[in-house]
Amino acid sequence: MSSAQKLNSEDYLRIYRQMFRIRTFEDNANQLYLSAKMPGLTHMYSGQEAVAVGICEALEDSDKITSTHRGHGHCVAKGAEFKAMFCELLGKADGYCRGKGGSMHIADQAHGNLGANAIVGGSAGIATGAALSAKRLGTKDVTVCFFGDGALGQGLLYEVMNMAALWKLPVIYACENNLYGEYTKVEEMAAGALTARAAAFGIETHVVDGQDVLAVNQLARELVARARRGEGPFFIQLDTYRYHGHHVGDINREYYRSKAEETLWKTERDPITNFGSWLTVEKIATEDELKAIDRSVRAEAEAAVAYALAAPYPDAAEVRMHVYAENAA
Amino acid sequence: MREITLSKAVNEAIAEEMRRDPTIFLLGEDVAEAGTPFKVLSGLVEEFGRERIIDTPISEPGFMGIAVGAAMTGSRPIVDLMFGDFIFLVMDQLCNQAAKAHYMSGGKLKVPLVLRTNLGATRRSAAQHSQSLHALVAHIPGLKIALPSSAYEAKGLMKTAIRDDNPVVIFEDKLMYNDKAPVPEEEYLIPFGVANILRKGSDITLIATSSMVQVAQKAAEILAAEGISAEVIDPRTIVPLDEETILSSVRKTGRAIVIDEGHQSYGITGEIASRINEKAFYYLDAPVQRIGAMDVPVPFSPVLEDLTVPTPQIVAERARLSVKGELFDAA
Repeated sequence: MSSAQKLNSEDYLRIYRQMFRIRTFEDNANQLYLSAKMPGLTHMYSGQEAVAVGICEALEDSDKITSTHRGHGHCVAKGAEFKAMFCELLGKADGYCRGKGGSMHIADQAHGNLGANAIVGGSAGIATGAALSAKRLGTKDVTVCFFGDGALGQGLLYEVMNMAALWKLPVIYACENNLYGEYTKVEEMAAGALTARAAAFGIETHVVDGQDVLAVNQLARELVARARRGEGPFFIQLDTYRYHGHHVGDINREYYRSKAEETLWKTERDPITNFGSWLTVEKIATEDELKAIDRSVRAEAEAAVAYALAAPYPDAAEVRMHVYAENAA
Repeated sequence: MREITLSKAVNEAIAEEMRRDPTIFLLGEDVAEAGTPFKVLSGLVEEFGRERIIDTPISEPGFMGIAVGAAMTGSRPIVDLMFGDFIFLVMDQLCNQAAKAHYMSGGKLKVPLVLRTNLGATRRSAAQHSQSLHALVAHIPGLKIALPSSAYEAKGLMKTAIRDDNPVVIFEDKLMYNDKAPVPEEEYLIPFGVANILRKGSDITLIATSSMVQVAQKAAEILAAEGISAEVIDPRTIVPLDEETILSSVRKTGRAIVIDEGHQSYGITGEIASRINEKAFYYLDAPVQRIGAMDVPVPFSPVLEDLTVPTPQIVAERARLSVKGELFDAA
């Protein structure tokens, strides 16, 4: 683990708790899918928790993020609560989007999450626009654009990085390199260095171990502070790993990646296990204290799932609602 | 009343709204010093500066996407898309992002932006600078579509578009930029979803959009000289569509022709004709006719290009057949 700066034990425990909340949320979402209680499909964030938490813990509530189809982790890390998230995944009226968005469109704009996006790379423009808005309106908000290595194939990203660099926008492009775009290895789809793409626009780039939450958080805090001072944009490559398949139904995946590789990442590089060990070695928390956090998070999730399963679906009248915003008189 | 060009009317609408609301900014290719190739925006950068009249790289999807994000976060961007044909380039950001964000978020996110672009053939610009593609976006729920037919309409509809809390696409007829019309000095807005009856008539209803309103008006004059009384209706916005004004007129006249410069197949003319058939069938004395642009890519050669767009003569001839009760070959 990297050396920590300016964080206190409360911060460390919140970071641990938030990572464990994401893992627990995904375990429950996966179960809901496997038990046929959840409609549609979903994409698990498990394994990448240190990325979302490390970055979002560096943000203020009013700072903005844009998320991806693998977006539950970003949503939790930016401050969402379980009940409205599970309700959204189940298509219930109490969901963050009244059940109209679902897993791939979950948004929580009250906490600055402008939404997951089911078009790969589709939110790059939105993030850059939010940064332009912040600069023009003088809000001092910073926007983080989360996207996977798969989005490096999309032209939109290059168009908006060019404009962000020309206009010095307060945006951070966070490329979560989980090694696979859907069912294909990143090196088969992306020629050259990933960071070279942003560097071509004169954007300052960084590479960080995306399994090391303190390293991610330290870098994020530095870059967020600098972006807020007008020194953006920045590009971060976060090397990480997705534990599940591309989506929950992607079970038999040995044709594109080995079990041995998965086991290696899960046993030796797990961001939660490793951070938990560091907390005990540094005597910030005892194992019992961490287990107590785990238990309370599991209980929170269990209660939220029960709530969501029992919650009502939207009234049929809602199908025509929200196509257009009502104009103020 | 003073007369100004459509170009000046658009310019005035944007300038007035930008003075009123500091959250409005405009971005697109060559919009600042160049004022667009049609010079519609000339003078705006001098008044509002480069912070609010923003020249972008030639990156249509990029600046469209940036507008969506800005609109979600407290700004009211106006996107300038130099030619309507370029709308194909921005379709994901416009139709998958802007149009759906409000619905997908259960009403939490709003995307108050205006995409201003153009339509219209016969400028000898060939197949990729001459299309009228408003039907493409009218198909997508969540977008509003305005089609101004004069300088007066352009100003009033633009001001309404800018104040709307939804993504609005405005198609201006690029051949009308220098056409003058009376436009009041004092402020006015034209509400969306309220059609304009330009000419009262009793024998046939001509429903025409944008560039085709003038065509319908001229056809109505030709017909009047022959003793046929045509009513001319400009829907002004096709989303939302003022169905009631169209249906009331057809219930009275019993005949209708819909004229639009988009390709005829799977287009605006078919949609409006179908609604008339569904809701006023028993008032009809003749089949509702569609007249759109020919279903061919717009050709360059003037001789060929002129054959592809509806003319007053074609509209008048179809109206005569309808009034006489003669069947026609519409293939």
